[in-house]
Amino acid sequence: MEAKAIPANQTSGCCEIKACKHCGAETTGGADFCCPGCETAHAAADTLEDRAAYSLLAHDNEDGSYTLSLGVEGIHCASCIRLIENALSSEPDVDLARVNMSTERLTVTWTGPRDRGDTLGAAVTKLGYKLHALNDNEDVSASKEKALLRAIAVAGFAAGNMMLISVGLWSTDGETMGMATRELFHWISALIALPTVVYAGQPFFQSAWAVLKERHTNMDVPISLAVTLACVMSISETLRQGEHVYFDSAVMLLFFLLIGRYLDARAKGKARESASKLLSRLMGVATVLEDGKVTQVPIKELKEGALVLVATGEAVAADGVVEKGSSAIDMSLITGETLPESVAIGSDVFAGTVNLSAPLQVRVSKASEKSLLSEIVKLMEVSEQGRAKYVRLADKAASLYTPVVHAMGALTFIGWWLLMSAPWQVSLLHAVTVLIITCPCALGLAVPVVQVLASGKLMQAGVLLKSGDALEKLTGIDTVVFDKTGTLTVGRPELQFTDASGESFKIAASMASHSRHPLAQALREAFGDQELLAIDVAEVPGHGLEAHFEGHTIRLGSRAWCGKETETGDAHLELWLAVDGDVKARFAFADILRDDAQAIVQALKARGLEVHLLSGDRHVVAKEIADAVSIEYVSAGVKPAEKVAYLNTLKEAGRSILMVGDGLNDAPALAAATVSMSPSTAMDITQNTADIVFQGEQLSPVLTAYDHAVFSTKLVKENFALAAIYNVIAIPAAVLGFVTPLVAAVAMSGSSLIVILNAFRLNLKKAS
Amino acid sequence: MDILIYLIPIALTLGLVGLAGFLWTLKSNQYEDLEGAAHRILLDDEDEETNSEK
Repeated sequence: MEAKAIPANQTSGCCEIKACKHCGAETTGGADFCCPGCETAHAAADTLEDRAAYSLLAHDNEDGSYTLSLGVEGIHCASCIRLIENALSSEPDVDLARVNMSTERLTVTWTGPRDRGDTLGAAVTKLGYKLHALNDNEDVSASKEKALLRAIAVAGFAAGNMMLISVGLWSTDGETMGMATRELFHWISALIALPTVVYAGQPFFQSAWAVLKERHTNMDVPISLAVTLACVMSISETLRQGEHVYFDSAVMLLFFLLIGRYLDARAKGKARESASKLLSRLMGVATVLEDGKVTQVPIKELKEGALVLVATGEAVAADGVVEKGSSAIDMSLITGETLPESVAIGSDVFAGTVNLSAPLQVRVSKASEKSLLSEIVKLMEVSEQGRAKYVRLADKAASLYTPVVHAMGALTFIGWWLLMSAPWQVSLLHAVTVLIITCPCALGLAVPVVQVLASGKLMQAGVLLKSGDALEKLTGIDTVVFDKTGTLTVGRPELQFTDASGESFKIAASMASHSRHPLAQALREAFGDQELLAIDVAEVPGHGLEAHFEGHTIRLGSRAWCGKETETGDAHLELWLAVDGDVKARFAFADILRDDAQAIVQALKARGLEVHLLSGDRHVVAKEIADAVSIEYVSAGVKPAEKVAYLNTLKEAGRSILMVGDGLNDAPALAAATVSMSPSTAMDITQNTADIVFQGEQLSPVLTAYDHAVFSTKLVKENFALAAIYNVIAIPAAVLGFVTPLVAAVAMSGSSLIVILNAFRLNLKKAS
Repeated sequence: MDILIYLIPIALTLGLVGLAGFLWTLKSNQYEDLEGAAHRILLDDEDEETNSEK
C-alpha cells in the first residue's frame, strides 16, 4: 500500500507556481509548503517508522468488519484531514475513514482480515502523522455530555412552550380568561411539564438518590425535592382548580440548572481527555523477539524475561536491561533533564524513555504494572488522594444551604398550621412555595458560568484549565515553587560560547545536523540558515559523531573522546570538535532562562507570595539560576520523592502551594501541591497531573492565571452573595404567602440572569 | 377563544419539529468535530464524496 503520490514542484511560464511538497496544494511566495503543518508532517514522514500492531486494538463489528480508533498527532489544517482520509478511503476495503480534528482522533472501519489495521495504520504514519493508541474511557464521558445536552434540549423546548401559556395565565385571572380556559391551560402545562421533568430531571434525581442512599446530602437533594414537590402540588392545584400551579417554574428551574450542569461537565470532560492520552503511553504494543521470531505483544501483556526490540526513535516498552546494542536514551521522562544518557549492554532502561540513536534489544526485568513509570504514577495517585480533601466553594455553600432551606420549609408549615391555625393544605402549600422559590438556581449557575468565562478568557492567553477547582485553589496560595529545567528555563540547551573558526563551525554544524542529540541540534540551530556540507556521519553511542571528510577523521562529541584531558571547570555543557585527534574547537551550551522569568518572579513576590526553587540538578547550576531571578529559597539535587517531602513540610507549616514543573520527576510533587501548573512542552504524564497547562515560551501565564483566579473567585463569591440577598427577600415573601406563580417565575429567572450578568464582568477585565 | 384549539397544537408541533431536528443533529454526531467542520468546507467536493459519513 502506497502513500498518496506527492506532486513535484511545477514551474510554468514566467511565474513560478509551486505545489506544497506534502499535500500538493498551491503555495504562496514560492514556498515549499502550504502551511507549517505540512512542513512538520513532511519532515516527520522521513523519520517515522511504524510497525506497531494497531489491529490488536480494533473492535469487531456485528457485520464482520473492524473499527479502529486511534489518536493522531500533528493535524493542523484541512489538507491534513484530506490527505489522511483520502489515503485510507482510496483503499477498496475501507468503508469509512474519518478524522476528528477537535479530538485529534482517526476512526477507520474496514472489512477483511483484522491484520489489515496494521497496514492502514502504517499508511497514515507514512504520511507523517504519528498515531497512538487510545483509552476507551473517553466514550463514556462523551455520552454523558450528550445525555445532558439532550436533556437541555427537551427542557428548553418545554420551558419555551410553557412560557407561551404561562404569560396568558399570569396576565389574567379567572374572571377575564374564564375558568374553563384557565383549566385547559393548566392541563396543557401539566402535559408538557410532567414528561419533561421525568426525562430532563434524571441527572438530578439520580445524583440525589445516590447520595441519599449513602446518607449524605448535596445540592441535588433540594433541587429534586423542589421540582418534585412543585409538580405534585401543581397537579393537586390543577385538580381542585386552584391558583398555585408551578409547572412553569419547575421546568424553567431544570432548564437553567441543566445549563450549569452541562458547563460543569464540559470543564471536567476536558480534563479527562488529557488523562486518557497519558494512559495510552502504556497501552501500545511492543515488538518481542521470541525463539528467533518477531511478534507484536500489547505492552500490558509483557512478561518478565521477554526480549523486546526497541527501534530508533521508539519508546522503551518496559523496564529492563540492555542485552544487545548501545545507544543514547532520552531519559527526560524520568529525570526531567534534557540531555540523553548513553546505554550499553548491561545498562538499565526504563519504560517510557525514548531510544535515540541505535536499535536495542532489552530483556524485560519488570512487567509494565511494576515499571518505574507505573511506580511514579502510583506515587502521584497517593499524593492526589491527599488533595481530594479539598472542598469546593460551591459544595461548602450547598452544605450550608440545604439544611437551612429545609428547616425554613418545615418552620413555615408549622408556623402556619399551629400558630396561624391555617388548614394543613394551605400550610403545606406555603411550605412548598418556600422550597420552590429558594431552589438554588442562582447557586447552580454561580460557579459554572464564571468558570466557563474565565477558562475561555485564559485559553486565549494560552492557559488551559484542567480541573474545575483550579482557579479556586489558585486564589488561596501563598507560596510558589518552581522547578528549574524546562520551567524557569526553556528546557533545551542553546549555544552560549564557542572558539570555533568559521570553517570548523561549518563542519561541526554539518555533522550535528545528522544527530537528534539536543546539543547537536542546538549547535545546528545556532549555525542558522547557512549552507551545510555534505558529510557522511556515523553516530558513536555515548561519545558523539564521527566523520571522514577530505581525508581527515573528524570527531564531534565529549571532551574525553575528542582527546582533551583537562577540565574547564565551569557549569556549561560542552561539545568538542577534533580533527585527527587534534582539538580544534569547544562549543559551550547552557539552558537559558525564559525571557520574562525574572519579571514574573518579581511580580509574584510583589503580590505577597513566597517563591521557591526546587531542582533535581546540581546545586551550582540551581544556585546560579536562582540568583539570576532572585529566588532566596533554593533546594537542589532532590529526587522525586524528596520533592514531595519538601512540599509536605511546607504544607505542614500551613502553606498553600502552587507548584510549577515540567518533568516526570515533578509529577508527584505537582500532585502533592495544593494546585499545580506545567508548560505545554512538559511530558504528557506531567501535564496530566497539573491542574493548569500553559503554552508559549514565556512564564507570564503563571501570573495571568493567578490574577484571573483571584478575580473570578471574587466574582463567584459576589454571585453567592447575590443569591443570598435574593433569598433574604424571597423567603419572607414565600413564608408569608405572598408568592404567586408569576412572582416565582420572575424572581427565579431574575436571580439567574443577575448572576450570569455579574459573571460577564470578567470579560471587561483586561488581561494583565 | 376557539382559535386556541388550532394555535396551541400548531405552536407545540412547530416546537417539537425543532426539538426533533436538534436531537437528530446530535444523534448524527454533527457536534463532534466543530473545528474539523470549519476546515472541511475548504476541501473540494469530489474529496467529500469519498469520505462522506454513513
